[in-house]
Amino acid sequence: MATAAKTHNLADRKWPEQGVSRIPYWVYTDPAVYAREMEVIFGGASYNYIGLECEIPNPGDYRRCFVGDKPVIFLRDQDGDVNVIVNRCAHRGTKFCYAEHGNTSEFICPYHQWTYDLKGKLIGVPFRRGLNKQGGMPSDFKMADHGLDTLKVARRGGVIFASFDHSMPSLEDYLGANMVGYFDRVFDGRALKVLGYSRQRIRANWKVKFENLKDPYHASLLHVFLVSFGLFRADTPAKVEMDATGMHAVQVAQRGAQEATEGTSEMRAMQADLTLANPDMLKPYPEWASKGDATVVMQTIWPNLIVQQQSNTLAMRQIRTFSPEEFELHWTFFGYADDDEEMTLRRLRQANLMGPAGYVSIDDSEVMESAQSGVSPYPDSAAVLEMGGRGTEDAPHMVTEASIRAFYKHYIRVMGF
Amino acid sequence: MATKAGIGVKARLEVEDLLYAYADCLDHGDINQWTDFFTEDCTYKLISKENWDLGLPLGTIFAEGRGGLLDRIASVTQTSVYHERALTHMISNTRVLGVEDGVMEITANYAVLETLPNQYTKILNSGRYLAKLVRAGDGAGEGLKIKELICVYDSALVPASIIYPV
Repeated sequence: MATAAKTHNLADRKWPEQGVSRIPYWVYTDPAVYAREMEVIFGGASYNYIGLECEIPNPGDYRRCFVGDKPVIFLRDQDGDVNVIVNRCAHRGTKFCYAEHGNTSEFICPYHQWTYDLKGKLIGVPFRRGLNKQGGMPSDFKMADHGLDTLKVARRGGVIFASFDHSMPSLEDYLGANMVGYFDRVFDGRALKVLGYSRQRIRANWKVKFENLKDPYHASLLHVFLVSFGLFRADTPAKVEMDATGMHAVQVAQRGAQEATEGTSEMRAMQADLTLANPDMLKPYPEWASKGDATVVMQTIWPNLIVQQQSNTLAMRQIRTFSPEEFELHWTFFGYADDDEEMTLRRLRQANLMGPAGYVSIDDSEVMESAQSGVSPYPDSAAVLEMGGRGTEDAPHMVTEASIRAFYKHYIRVMGF
Repeated sequence: MATKAGIGVKARLEVEDLLYAYADCLDHGDINQWTDFFTEDCTYKLISKENWDLGLPLGTIFAEGRGGLLDRIASVTQTSVYHERALTHMISNTRVLGVEDGVMEITANYAVLETLPNQYTKILNSGRYLAKLVRAGDGAGEGLKIKELICVYDSALVPASIIYPV
């Protein structure tokens, strides 16, 4: 893989004239495209999902993560504020924090021991005044000018987002009212509890993952598990909705019965006689019943977050990029702090659907790598996305690729193609 | 843990026999026979060292009872879509920690090498088995069975997918 990837002058890159019903394969392979994505998408006017507040409950708590491919640290300072700082010393660029998580009152770079407080302010430079009246920093060196780069932080419902762009509007304006509504459905103010992390490195472009969660068309065909048990299937009530820009989306569905219908006749994945030897794994508790009929809501928030609510399994899936042809999917499975033991066990059982060994997710990881190895040698060919028409409108069903097209409508604008 | 008297080379060899047969079943044998190594009420968990060390319960695979194992096999043989691959388990450092109330606690290191078509062999997963073994009674012979197997893997980062149990 990655053998055919070539950098072009981006000014020469022309999107196919059919618009969003085509995706040129060079968007998945070209290092120049990737570099611009890191600059204007992950490093630009976007709110990146960072982590959960319950991961850093106490002053001094910190945890490492990534914005695109940029290492950052999120932490709670002595004032109780949540800050996101880059993991790169302002002196020589050294990545100074090695621990995945911990508690500290300051960060000290190991190289020359420049020291920062929890707001990223530079508070110590060894030999700043020199030694024996020799050396030292120039007299006009101002500590205040050499703090760590920080990100603008936004929080809602215990979830932390951050942006390299300090002029961002509010998170609520960024999401739009409809997406805020779906977001609040899960993050309704109850305290959260992390159940564990799962991480997988997938040899595919990061957008392939985002598209995967904006593509209900594949779910009824690829996933034997979803289809056979009716967890997410085209013949059950479902809809796809986007925000006004097209950058965020939700897939919403109701669990159907495990029975063959007219709708399942074209689903080769349907195994009506599939049974579980341990049915406890899929026994859902109707915890969302008071919030409508949906049993699954998968929300994609530009540019790096998938909020997973399938039955009782909840997870934040964070996309971390590494190169044009490789990304990490970082899963944080969680529940609510007031879950009883039975509910926690239920969430842990249903987690078997997801993650690197998930009954459903295995199919996606494998197919995404196949998609990448398929497109990689053919950057000048293009994908055809005409299921459900060529537009980008919401759809009251699953047989559509509208939200992928909506994603690219926004992508083309942001990237300047 | 009870006295280590009686736990010696012989017990370790017996445990190694079990683990080697287990590995052979997954690498070269019939996956459907994987459940035969476990008791009816077994627990199987594949968990990252990151979660394990933090006391977080999430398993990458979490199977309860023989039914849970059968469902995992069904995923491999019937439902999951994946590329064919070859697996090789390497097991070492087998240690019998003790026996109490008929339950033998053991640990061993493991590495699973995975080979996909047109790719070099890589380490898919490596870490430590923490297991509780019991003697199967009631006419089923005196062989050791796995009552609990927790596979704690070192690298939180998994290359793509884990299709087969470890």
